[in-house]
Amino acid sequence: MAAIAYDLIAVRPGRLLPILGVFAAAIVAGLGAALIMALAGHQITGMTNRVPWGLPHVFAYFLILSASGALNVAVIASVFRRADYKPLEPLSALIAVACLVGGLSLLVLDLGRPDRLMLTMTSANPRSIFAWNVVLYTGFMAVAVAHLITVIDRRFAWFGGITGHTANIWRFVLTTGTGLDLGVLVGRELIHSAVLAPLFISLALTYGLAVFLLALPGLAWLGGGTTDRALMQRLGRLLGLFVAVSAYLAVVLQAVHLYAPDGRDVVAFLLVEGGVYTALFWGGQIGLGTVVALVLAFGGRPIAAAAATVVGGFATVYVTLISAQVLPQAILPGMTVTSAFGDGALATYQPALVEWVFGVGGLAIAATVAIVACRLFRILPKASAGAGVRAIGG
Amino acid sequence: MTDPRRTSDRPTSACPMAETDAPRPAGRSRRQALAAFAAGAAATMLAPGVVLITGAAPGAARPPGTPASPAQRWGLLIELGHCADGCARCVEACQTEHGWHAGDHGAHDPHWIRLVSATDDTHGRTLNLPLMCQHCAAPPCRDVCPTHATFRRADGIVLVDRHRCIGCRYCVMACPFSARFFTPGALTDQRPHMPRGQGTAEGCTLCVHRIDQGQIPACVEACAAAGGGAMRFGDLADPDDPIRAALAELPTARLRPDLGLGTAVHYGDL
Repeated sequence: MAAIAYDLIAVRPGRLLPILGVFAAAIVAGLGAALIMALAGHQITGMTNRVPWGLPHVFAYFLILSASGALNVAVIASVFRRADYKPLEPLSALIAVACLVGGLSLLVLDLGRPDRLMLTMTSANPRSIFAWNVVLYTGFMAVAVAHLITVIDRRFAWFGGITGHTANIWRFVLTTGTGLDLGVLVGRELIHSAVLAPLFISLALTYGLAVFLLALPGLAWLGGGTTDRALMQRLGRLLGLFVAVSAYLAVVLQAVHLYAPDGRDVVAFLLVEGGVYTALFWGGQIGLGTVVALVLAFGGRPIAAAAATVVGGFATVYVTLISAQVLPQAILPGMTVTSAFGDGALATYQPALVEWVFGVGGLAIAATVAIVACRLFRILPKASAGAGVRAIGG
Repeated sequence: MTDPRRTSDRPTSACPMAETDAPRPAGRSRRQALAAFAAGAAATMLAPGVVLITGAAPGAARPPGTPASPAQRWGLLIELGHCADGCARCVEACQTEHGWHAGDHGAHDPHWIRLVSATDDTHGRTLNLPLMCQHCAAPPCRDVCPTHATFRRADGIVLVDRHRCIGCRYCVMACPFSARFFTPGALTDQRPHMPRGQGTAEGCTLCVHRIDQGQIPACVEACAAAGGGAMRFGDLADPDDPIRAALAELPTARLRPDLGLGTAVHYGDL
């Protein structure tokens, strides 16, 4: 096989630098929001003792899931040895790393005491999935970077098979841990389920591929390059498959709840009575993120399908995470309870502006890492980099 | 009869019969002896209550440097039938003891202990249930904590090491009783024995600082002082502790037994 030509992203007047400027401003604003939260405390956010995890976690979970799935193309190229995907292998690994950097930045900076982060390593609790995830996230970052190096530096190409397989296995373990972060919570009925593990694996494959499908034309536009239409179509159909599997597992999760007599109220809340959460479930997760995404994906519009998947996916993570906390815990099953703390009543969660700014800052970090890396390292195949080669792979 | 609210306050007070066996002081009259006997009997009858109300030891104070004993398992028995409607002495005592306040910041406020009004859906009976950390044998908050900040002491008390807490709130997510809280802002009016910190988790400590000094938790003491007597504290692992006898006699239940957490708070009349 002929050597694949990679290039730096081209600096097109009026594109790259202004966009980077916007992202830099978003990062500065996000860091400012983090600083305000650290100084004033989380009392300025919408997160409370009823809803301890809020919008920052939604952004973080979405980015971390996307990181795992963004590696899809690299895995197809290295593990399944599909040569036509080889030109996009480094970009796939880069997007994975970038999403992870953005997501982890949010998780860390949202901590009540981010200055004590090192304790997660020096005093790690082996019982805690959270502690395991610290290892899994940093390890995934290391493996993805290693794989990226094997692809962009041909001297290490011989090592690419090992890093590819390792990264593939690692991301499944990582996403299992991410799902079980929530699935093990015995007091949160909407998400207390082992199904969360396969569901999150599927969501990761879906969101990551969608993000990749948006990043590819985005980067091509920034550098004045092009994308391969046939390849995009193939990836679009693969996205449709992942969307369908995710929808299936979401149905399984609710069906398991429905089967248990004490789970029916919980499902009724999500599907019928949950107000904004019901609207987001039907409109975001099912409508936009599943039905519309499927129609577009198999209708030959991969980028639009990816956009629908990302927006619907964000709604899915929001509904999954927040509705599980808003729903009152069943401290005394069979009894109607009230208290000054709000036991028995639905909690309210209204994300504060500072949370939005903070979360968007995390997205901007991910995007900036990807763009800057494309400028510093030869990661884009020449077509996407704007070097005039129209065909990618194939 | 020994007051069951007074639990493991071993050794018991002086036995009047022992006094009669002791050599009498020279020149002591029969009337003096009878008076001494009456005083001893009265002390025997009243001491448990007096001791309880003044917050005296359920056991000897733990000497500094001595680790908590795994042979002990501190717990509570709360007889809900004795909880007077509208009484919140236990909550007030906890607030005073630990310096937390609720009511100003909605769901941001901590509630180390709170009163839950629970009405049975079947027969409509309503109970007022003091709810606090249940000090589980297998605490989910301990299991999810990434840094060992939440830990379970050898004697069963579940605590938060504020110096290790990174403020991830995973414990708040994990507690099935909503009994773990996050401090979302700067604090004032802190108690020297209970330092708290912005950005860290907290919850009922079972008044561990008092237990280690041989005293009972502030809520139990306040309940007894108010005359309700609904709350008892003791060593669940000690077969001779009155709380064990009370648990054997009374119909009690624990919250969410289906979860198998081994909670240390038992509720009577639930």
